[in-house]
Amino acid sequence: MMMRCVDPGPGFDTWRSAARRLIGEGVPPTEVLWESDGMGSLFGDEEAGAPETIKLVVSPAFIELARAVSCHADGRRWALLYRILWRIAKLGERSLLEIASDRDVAQARMMAKNVRREIHKMHAFVRFRKAGEDETGRECFVAWFEPDHFCIELAAGFFAKRFANMNWSIFTPKGCAHWMGEELKFSPGVERDPCNDPDAMDAIWRTYYRSIFNPARLKLKAMQAEMPKRYWKNLPEAELIEELTRSSANRMSGMIAEEARVVRPVPRNAYLGRLQDLSAVPEIREPAEASIQEIARMVQACRHCPLWENATCAVAGEGPADARLMIVGEQPGDREDLEGRPFVGPAGQLLDRAMKEAGLDRNGAYITNAVKHFKWVPRGKIRLHQKPSAGEIDACKPWVLAELAKISPDALILLGGTAARSLLGAGVQITKMRGIVDAPHLAKRVILTVHPSYLLRLPDEMRKEAEFRAFVKDLSLVL
Amino acid sequence: MTLDQKLAILADAAKYDASCASSGATRRDSVGGKGVGSAGGAGICHSYAPDGRCISLLKILLTNRCLYDCHYCINRRSSNVRRAAFTPEEAISLTLDFYKRNYIEGLFLSSGIIRSADHTMEQVVQVAKTLREVHDFRGYIHLKTIPEASPELIEQAARYADRISINLELPSQCSLDRLAPEKNLGRTKQAMGRIRVKLEDAAEQKRTGDKKLRHATGQSTQVIVGADGATDADFLARSDELYRAYRLKRVYYSAFSPIPEPSSVLPLAAPPLVREHRLYQADWLMRYYGFRNSEILTPEEPNLDLSLDPKLAWALRNRQEFPVDLQKAPRERILRIPGIGVKNVDRILLIRRHTSIRLEDLVRLRISLEKVKPFLITADHHPARYLLDSDRLLARFRPKPTQLELF
Repeated sequence: MMMRCVDPGPGFDTWRSAARRLIGEGVPPTEVLWESDGMGSLFGDEEAGAPETIKLVVSPAFIELARAVSCHADGRRWALLYRILWRIAKLGERSLLEIASDRDVAQARMMAKNVRREIHKMHAFVRFRKAGEDETGRECFVAWFEPDHFCIELAAGFFAKRFANMNWSIFTPKGCAHWMGEELKFSPGVERDPCNDPDAMDAIWRTYYRSIFNPARLKLKAMQAEMPKRYWKNLPEAELIEELTRSSANRMSGMIAEEARVVRPVPRNAYLGRLQDLSAVPEIREPAEASIQEIARMVQACRHCPLWENATCAVAGEGPADARLMIVGEQPGDREDLEGRPFVGPAGQLLDRAMKEAGLDRNGAYITNAVKHFKWVPRGKIRLHQKPSAGEIDACKPWVLAELAKISPDALILLGGTAARSLLGAGVQITKMRGIVDAPHLAKRVILTVHPSYLLRLPDEMRKEAEFRAFVKDLSLVL
Repeated sequence: MTLDQKLAILADAAKYDASCASSGATRRDSVGGKGVGSAGGAGICHSYAPDGRCISLLKILLTNRCLYDCHYCINRRSSNVRRAAFTPEEAISLTLDFYKRNYIEGLFLSSGIIRSADHTMEQVVQVAKTLREVHDFRGYIHLKTIPEASPELIEQAARYADRISINLELPSQCSLDRLAPEKNLGRTKQAMGRIRVKLEDAAEQKRTGDKKLRHATGQSTQVIVGADGATDADFLARSDELYRAYRLKRVYYSAFSPIPEPSSVLPLAAPPLVREHRLYQADWLMRYYGFRNSEILTPEEPNLDLSLDPKLAWALRNRQEFPVDLQKAPRERILRIPGIGVKNVDRILLIRRHTSIRLEDLVRLRISLEKVKPFLITADHHPARYLLDSDRLLARFRPKPTQLELF
């Protein structure tokens, strides 16, 4: 077996050309030694320019993985990448990268993860120091960082986007990056920080670090897991860690031993007074004696059934106090509960449309619900509407009756079974009784029809349209 | 007072707020602008304090003067803490100076309540507005809002911020009445409801045309753990309601920790850090693992076991659900295996399409075999039934008793 020594060159692109050529010549991974000796390729220059004989198609996922792995400091990365490429391109393992637990893939993913983490830590722990301004007044900043991997080129784009309007340089032993507002430039690594001047802001930053630390919660392991010690020497705040840690136990026991402060009386203050008014629970009087505004305020404090506990608020009726038409629905839904207004969700929009077609003015009508709080059950990530029980409908009935008495409309529309149960009693079937019902104790004309949410739930478009027509027809019985 | 002295007071005053996220903003950067800043990726934690908390945003109060008397708070009106106030210019220049040095991801601004909710909110909004409009600052901004402030002001805050939040602090009104008499659960929920509506409307606007619309993308809240008698079940039920009803991005749990100005109403003790950690774990189970809060805790057992992680505790209580066959089981059942996280569940689903899963696959995914073996089946592993049925399983996971140290 003949071993080939191949120089991968400085990075991903040079390795890629060499790997393409080797695949083209059918050289298996076991016969390639990837050696970066800094002396140039053993292929010789004429080889480097040799035409690539094959068309290699690989997934973007491989390119992305390989770009990250190629920044790793481990010398074995090139052989690993070539082995994976060979398996995908030559052995036909097209889905190889989906098998995260394959030995090669797991190793490559681990390397890529290390590199990505180092890039992330670079974005986090680079500390710029101000180095003055250029002749146009642009601020100039410098930073010194010591990464474990060759990730400056992958990491620098982030800084160019974030700090596009300042000039900056990041110096590292593994390559440097420079930005003057036009394009990113890279230069070879330097042994040590070329500009050692501290920044006056560092002291203020340390003040912040000292003050934001809570001495009652010492969690050094958690800190070091995310901010390993190797970064500390280049972080201006790190010099405080030891002192803050040492003094924390005393500070905490000092606080616990501190004498408790007495509670001072509430100062006279207009805003605090207003808060107390807001929090005051309105007295629930006989609803029949109250105005429509008072009913709305009292219903907020209603505790006749447990539905209030998981709702945002009670949703009272809405509309002019002298409305000639009153509409009663079932209960607020998700959106109504958030906005505190009836019929503002999808069912409300459908009702609007139907009323328009029936020649009715929604703004002239008083619109309310048989039950004032949103009843729901958890489902997936949402609150799923649930039908109110007979007990809940009955508990809420005094409020509906009070609204009806105050508005005393000529016409009343009952939408769906819950409204019917509330005002007409048990055992009413919408399908049998829809249209005009005889209930003179409620209003001169009472219409019973379906609830618009029923229309929303119909899956079949044809049927939806037919039902919508029927709904509009019912509504227009008012006129 | 120097800026440095003010910062010492007003950062100290802000440190009891646990929120730290700087992710999930609308993607943007400073290219083509006049200032600095970018956002929209994963958040970046720029430093960590010895308390284990990340430092991502400059977290300050505009002032620590406050009309309210919340007994868990160092800034309450009955406290003798030194008071200070930033001018808007000071808060702005600190933010920009820190940002340019890459110390921070952006600004978290809150305030004690002075004069009235609206007056306070106006001051806070003014800082964010100037940062955005005068300095073209494109970094992250999180604004604390007050439920009693006018909805118009809260909406203005949402126009300049990436995230807004209202702190619930305690999970029930009776706890609030005792420890934070000015706060009201109902008003907080109503404000959160209005915010959710605005956030969704803005997201819809962005989807259907106004791509450049600047608007916050989420809201969060915080509750204090260990200041009142609330059980873990109370916390989780409340969190579950808040996530569902108001689509909160995060509920932060903050262990009540000693403060320098203790209140006679609320005795101090070491903060319940383990409990806080368990609540976070349970919260994750609800949000990412499909657990219902009623599965995590029961009326008989309303508090989380401090010695076991809640996922493992559930598995030990529900041994009939195991072992789960990794080759055939649906995603939601694999998610319930203790010791396997969401990312690895999704990797397993991909891997099993191409090959049969063996224990060595799990090792390469860096899953701890010790933890998962009793609960799953692979091509080369069937757990012994007796293992799942025996008390030894529980003993296997209970923390080892530790030798006491001579002191």
